Amino acid sequence: MEDTLNIVVLVKHVPDAQFDRHLNGEGYTTDRDESILSELDEYALEAALQLAEARGGAKAGNQVIALSMGPSGAVNAIKKALQIGATEGVHLTDDALAGSDAAATSLALAAAIRHLGSDAPVDLVITGMASTDGETSLVPAQLAERLGLPQVTFASSLQVEGGLLTARRDADLSSETVEAPLPAVVSVTDQINEPRYPNFKGIIAAKRKSITTLSLADIGVQPAQVGFPGSWTSILAAEERPPRTAGTIITDEGDAGIKLVDFLAAQKLL
Amino acid sequence: MAKVLVFIDNPGDALKKSSLELLTLGRSLGETAVALNGKLHDDVAAAFAEYGVGTVLLPSAEDLDDFLVAPKAAYVAAAAEQVGAGILLLDNSPEGKEIAARVGIRLSAGVITDVVAVDADGTAHKSVLAGSYNTSCKATTPVSVLTLKANNVTPEPAAAPTSPETVTVEVPAGSTVAAARITAREQKVASGRPDLTDARIVVAGGRGLDGDFTPVEELADALGAAVGASRAATDAGWISHDAQVGQTGKTVSPQLYISAGISGAIQQKAGMQTAKVIVAVNKDAESPVFEIADFGIVGDLFDVLPQATAEIKKRKG
Ligand SMILES: Cc1cc2nc3c(=O)[nH]c(=O)nc-3n(C[C@H](O)[C@H](O)[C@H](O)COP(=O)(O)OP(=O)(O)OC[C@H]3O[C@@H](n4cnc5c(N)ncnc54)[C@H](O)[C@@H]3O)c2cc1C
Ligand SMILES: Nc1ncnc2c1ncn2[C@@H]1O[C@H](COP(=O)(O)O)[C@@H](O)[C@H]1O
Repeated sequence: MEDTLNIVVLVKHVPDAQFDRHLNGEGYTTDRDESILSELDEYALEAALQLAEARGGAKAGNQVIALSMGPSGAVNAIKKALQIGATEGVHLTDDALAGSDAAATSLALAAAIRHLGSDAPVDLVITGMASTDGETSLVPAQLAERLGLPQVTFASSLQVEGGLLTARRDADLSSETVEAPLPAVVSVTDQINEPRYPNFKGIIAAKRKSITTLSLADIGVQPAQVGFPGSWTSILAAEERPPRTAGTIITDEGDAGIKLVDFLAAQKLL
Repeated sequence: MAKVLVFIDNPGDALKKSSLELLTLGRSLGETAVALNGKLHDDVAAAFAEYGVGTVLLPSAEDLDDFLVAPKAAYVAAAAEQVGAGILLLDNSPEGKEIAARVGIRLSAGVITDVVAVDADGTAHKSVLAGSYNTSCKATTPVSVLTLKANNVTPEPAAAPTSPETVTVEVPAGSTVAAARITAREQKVASGRPDLTDARIVVAGGRGLDGDFTPVEELADALGAAVGASRAATDAGWISHDAQVGQTGKTVSPQLYISAGISGAIQQKAGMQTAKVIVAVNKDAESPVFEIADFGIVGDLFDVLPQATAEIKKRKG
């Protein structure tokens, strides 16, 4: 039997990309109506659940803690994670966090993870490859730097054995196998697994799982270290791009390939 | 004048176009120094001189490539402190962004990714929310770290070449202790086609190809284009994952994007809707891809693509 694992999965509550998304207000933050658990974080949760299940799951003492930082609505992302199978939820929320960039977000999340670690040491932090709203992929690397932990990003496979993790990373020109001692921060791609959906049993079970709410005071962070004042970047202006409009649509009558070439020639693209 | 530090990782015996773009942008912002990792080949040194680089920094350690990111970040941060850089420029590859991320924490510097242009005062321009907004942003810290998307700057040598001095940077001790180690590296075979992210033309195929990418590849070759794909096609294993365009694949902004047998889901659009001209071939007139196509053909790609390929070959003679 393997050692048990205490895993923190970072899940973000993000605007659903199926709807129009907008930047608003003085700090150009995203509108958060119609938000969901970031699809890319479902892969992180699935990776954590598979590692925990391989060791006997929650019954054997493995923990999968879903941690989300965000306004009140973010609790919905945590609830979804609990329905899918996380063992407990943690919601870091504070008015002062609004407008945090990656640097401020990673500072707050690092403090929250240290706080959780004071109860039981955290073995592994698993994140998505990018948030579907911020799209920077900065948070996992900044978190690793702040926590002084090894970072394995964009893992397309992940194994843990005897306190050592092994992962595969695919780049354009090469694939790499990487190794790091635990504890570590890992971000996973959408190639790593096929995330499960919450089932009826999971939805019922989630009702009995606990969600802890943490404020900045609970994790020892000053309001000035986060939010707009604590961010190291600021958005000066944002302009919506005019949406693309449809052009000419034709139906093939046997010569559409030729018409396509005519179009390219007219556009000087040949 | 601002001091600018450009990080260039393992150039081999020639600088990539994206590195020349970083050097050109850097020069427009101030006095440039390069933090190099890997061997300084003579031709690369000559290119640095041609592009007006003042100083070339090299790391004291030679094993940075054995680790993932962390020690490289420690080196770049130390190099920035050594030259007193106010602006750091890196390429926008996943690794470039990660090094930038960690350097940002080490230097308490704001990091901006996916940058397409930088004003003289350091204001950076980028698009967000899958290309639906253009924003300008700025680091509020004394040092800013920017990662530049390829193909947004025209490489231009300096008016007067320099003779850069070479100095060594002490890589901070202990920077490999908490780092992931690379234990194996498998090289992939190059396709011989243009690089997807740089290509002027991209021909992309989706589930409609039904296992056979030949029509897309032949059209791409007739046009000198790169080959792209939807996730449905890469997940099915019809083509390598490297070809995936979209939210979790590559973002491309070519002059021309030809989409064949792709429905145009939001995650696919996220990677290609900033293309200058979009052509779509799909047999379903209701496909969302037609909403963004400049020229759409409702038809069977197995008829349309080969006919177009033959016609291009005929016209090109
Ligand atoms: C987290 C996440 C990330 C994702 N990331 C990406 C991404 O990066 N890139 C991406 O592309 N997708 C991504 N997707 C998947 C995306 O949602 C779509 O499922 C995918 O793009 C569909 O691929 P497709 O258009 O090839 O297939 P389909 O949607 O099945 O469309 C196939 C199209 O081919 C047409 N067709 C069939 N036969 C022919 C024929 N003979 N001639 C002409 N037309 C024909 C059909 O009419 C149809 O429109 C992601 C999804 C998720 C959840
Ligand atoms: N506010 C947040 N709450 C929880 N996790 C987050 C938050 N922001 C970012 N993350 C995690 O960091 C990953 C990368 O996000 P980003 O750096 O914003 O692209 C996401 O996939 C999440 O796992």
